[in-house]
Amino acid sequence: MADMNNPYGTTRATQGGGAATEARHQFITFTLGAEEYGVDIMAVREIKGWSATTPIPGAPRFIRGVINLRGIIVPIMDLRARFGMELTTPTRMHVVIIINTGARTTGLLVDAVSDIIAVAPDAVRPIPDMGSDTQENLLSGLVAMDDRMVSLVSLDFLIGAGDLRNAGDPGHAGAEPAPLLAA
Amino acid sequence: MAGAFDHLKETYFQECAELLDSAYVQLAALEDASADDETIHAVFRAIHSIKGGGGAFGYDRMVGFAHGLETLLDLLRDGRVAFGRELGALLVRATDALSDLVAADRTGQPVAAGFEDALLAELAQAALAGQSAASPAPAAAPPAPPVAPQAPATAYRIHFVPHADLFASANEPLLLIRALKRLGTASVTADLTRLPKLESMDPEHACIGWTIELVTDAQRSDIEEIFDFVTDHCDLTIDAAASCEPHQAAAISRADHAANGHGAQAAAAPAGSGADRSRAPARGAMSGERRAEAPAVAQTVRVDVEKVDRLVNLVGELVINQAMLIQLGSLLPPDTCAGLIGGLETLSQHLRELQEGVMAIRTQPVKSVFSRMPRLVRELSAQLGKEARLFITGEGTEIDKTVIELLADPLTHLLRNALDHGIERPDERVAAGKPAEGSIHLSAEHRSGRIVIEVSDDGRGIDRERVLARARARGLLAADAQPGEEEIDKLIFLPGFSTVDVVSNVSGRGVGMDVVRRNVQALGGRISLQSRAGAGSRFVLSLPLTLAILDGMIVAVGAESYIVPLANIVESLRPKRSDIHAVAGCGDVVAIRGQYIPLVHLANYFDVPDAENDAARGIVVVVEHERAGHVGLVVDELVGQQQVVVKSLEANYGAVPGIGGATILGNGRVALILDVAGLHGGATAGRRAEARCPSAADATTSAIQ
Repeated sequence: MADMNNPYGTTRATQGGGAATEARHQFITFTLGAEEYGVDIMAVREIKGWSATTPIPGAPRFIRGVINLRGIIVPIMDLRARFGMELTTPTRMHVVIIINTGARTTGLLVDAVSDIIAVAPDAVRPIPDMGSDTQENLLSGLVAMDDRMVSLVSLDFLIGAGDLRNAGDPGHAGAEPAPLLAA
Repeated sequence: MAGAFDHLKETYFQECAELLDSAYVQLAALEDASADDETIHAVFRAIHSIKGGGGAFGYDRMVGFAHGLETLLDLLRDGRVAFGRELGALLVRATDALSDLVAADRTGQPVAAGFEDALLAELAQAALAGQSAASPAPAAAPPAPPVAPQAPATAYRIHFVPHADLFASANEPLLLIRALKRLGTASVTADLTRLPKLESMDPEHACIGWTIELVTDAQRSDIEEIFDFVTDHCDLTIDAAASCEPHQAAAISRADHAANGHGAQAAAAPAGSGADRSRAPARGAMSGERRAEAPAVAQTVRVDVEKVDRLVNLVGELVINQAMLIQLGSLLPPDTCAGLIGGLETLSQHLRELQEGVMAIRTQPVKSVFSRMPRLVRELSAQLGKEARLFITGEGTEIDKTVIELLADPLTHLLRNALDHGIERPDERVAAGKPAEGSIHLSAEHRSGRIVIEVSDDGRGIDRERVLARARARGLLAADAQPGEEEIDKLIFLPGFSTVDVVSNVSGRGVGMDVVRRNVQALGGRISLQSRAGAGSRFVLSLPLTLAILDGMIVAVGAESYIVPLANIVESLRPKRSDIHAVAGCGDVVAIRGQYIPLVHLANYFDVPDAENDAARGIVVVVEHERAGHVGLVVDELVGQQQVVVKSLEANYGAVPGIGGATILGNGRVALILDVAGLHGGATAGRRAEARCPSAADATTSAIQ
């Protein structure tokens, strides 16, 4: 089951050893309140401080609006709100992670960036069936780091690159389309 | 190596496309009589360049045809053939054929054998006609025996014995011989019998005679033309010899060497008659190379569009930075920081120019795609047995290059459709009291930050009965539905709809207007249709200019700024409370000079907090667009007028009704650009007013008129 839910293949990495580093995936971790989440470092274009957005009429509440990123108009998603919590009250200490998926660029508003972690593929645990909610589609796995738990965010689902979402995971094959565009 | 060669070929074909486009444009100018001398030269140069490049790649068939065309053009530019409508049509057809031949070489799929023969014969005929009407050959030349112009590869024996004073008149045999060699295969023999001993030789005297055996399909007059400047300074005979094999290449190169040696001697001579001598190469070039290389080098650089985009974005950032600097500079005391403030002002001027320049790189006139359309109409009307004339306006309208490239398909389809379904046969037209020749108008213009392209014809219009019947038969419409006229017209955009019973290869291939609509929508555009039975149809394509600069009015609504395209704005005013009326259930209207205009409260529409909702305390910006008539937008205040760069909101987010795009203001923040048509099309007060309150709607309509 673990392998089926593992989008990164089945290469075994030596537990705690440095020899298999190349097989590991790196994730940038960030916090939303007390929880820690991770996104694939290869999708991260840059990290910048929060700046005021221009609201888009008719957008879902978790879209805070758009910003100017060196001439490109980039929508900013309030990840806290996207995960079903209250809207973030952004301050100068809040951080936007700019994500590139396919041809799309999106910003994720998070509380703070905390770490970069390297994760062996088989260390990624499937999301337990919570019997509820979109939460499980938004996440692609859980990683236990010492005493912390990091939830890996499924960018493909989150940012809505239709066909790509959860391709390796039959459990999520029928997931509904990403709601970003539904607005 | 092969890769490099392929790359060269690709460049050549790209150039061909540009040259052909330019040839079409110039030919059209010739027909409009808006031409000057340069026009025909430009056509000549274009064809010549295509021929030259084709020769290098060994595209013999295409080169042969280009040569035939070039010959006629040459006569034309020398005024030896008079331009007429018929000749113009011939030239256009020949250019059409040339583009086919070029396309064949590009794709490697040869056209049918004999495809160009008839046209070549016509070209030769036209050249001959000009020839016989032309003035007699230059006096000193021997009378020309009649030569069949298209007799392929006649052999000439040319005796060219310069008088001793040839150089004094600033001529150079080498250039003449080279010019001859350009006409065909030449073998040259030098006659050294008159060459004196070295010690007694005067380097300023010409003493070598030449015999040139030329196998060419050019005419005698072409040969004579080469010698035009030297006829008084030489003995020249040109005999049409019997068909003879060209001599060995060795003979040619030997002669070339000899001529070169002579040239070198001339150059090494003391500068006694320096003035004359220095002109010698120039004169030689004029007479000898006239038919050859004119300066046809296209002054263009091919650049990846992505690179330009990066540049555009960077410059945009620079402009924002500069705006910030200016703002900071204005806080400084002017008496101590005069230099800095002056410098900032200069910087901003230069930046503005830089921005304009960079933006201009990406835009191109729609001419490049419009110019392909006359051929389409010509060929198709011939094929369909119809008569139609295409009128083009606004081809200078500039839009983004990427949009232009994607325009060709939908336009082609619309024109085909107009000819196939719109324009009637000549007899039907006459019976309906219309001129036998139908007209199709193709136009482009900028309108409110979009490019609007119209294709209209004066044909039969849309047969709504048939459309309706067909739609019902195909199950596209419920049997009991009673759509209005506009809705019926829209049915033709449905997939799989086609009203032609016999599937022609013209426009009824099962893929029809739905493909056009999809193409246009893929470009972020809209297509609409107006049609009157018996009077014709008009398709209107409205496309975004992905990178266009828009003249906009910045309006404030609460804490937000929006851009209203200036082209949409009719007027703005602060209405009196007594002029604002609530129409029950329909929202508000404002009375302006006796007209009732529906109001759209932007604050409500966009759900902006803390904004003015009372029109009497805010400002009403009256906007219009082609379909919805006038609408009043209620805003808090007008901030100012500014040119803004239209950015895509769709690229990273998605389409938003009522929003046409976004831009970046001087403070670095994003402002949304209103799409007035989309705004009105949504659930707005104006829409409701139109739908439910006939009086308000009528008032709106009359306001447009």
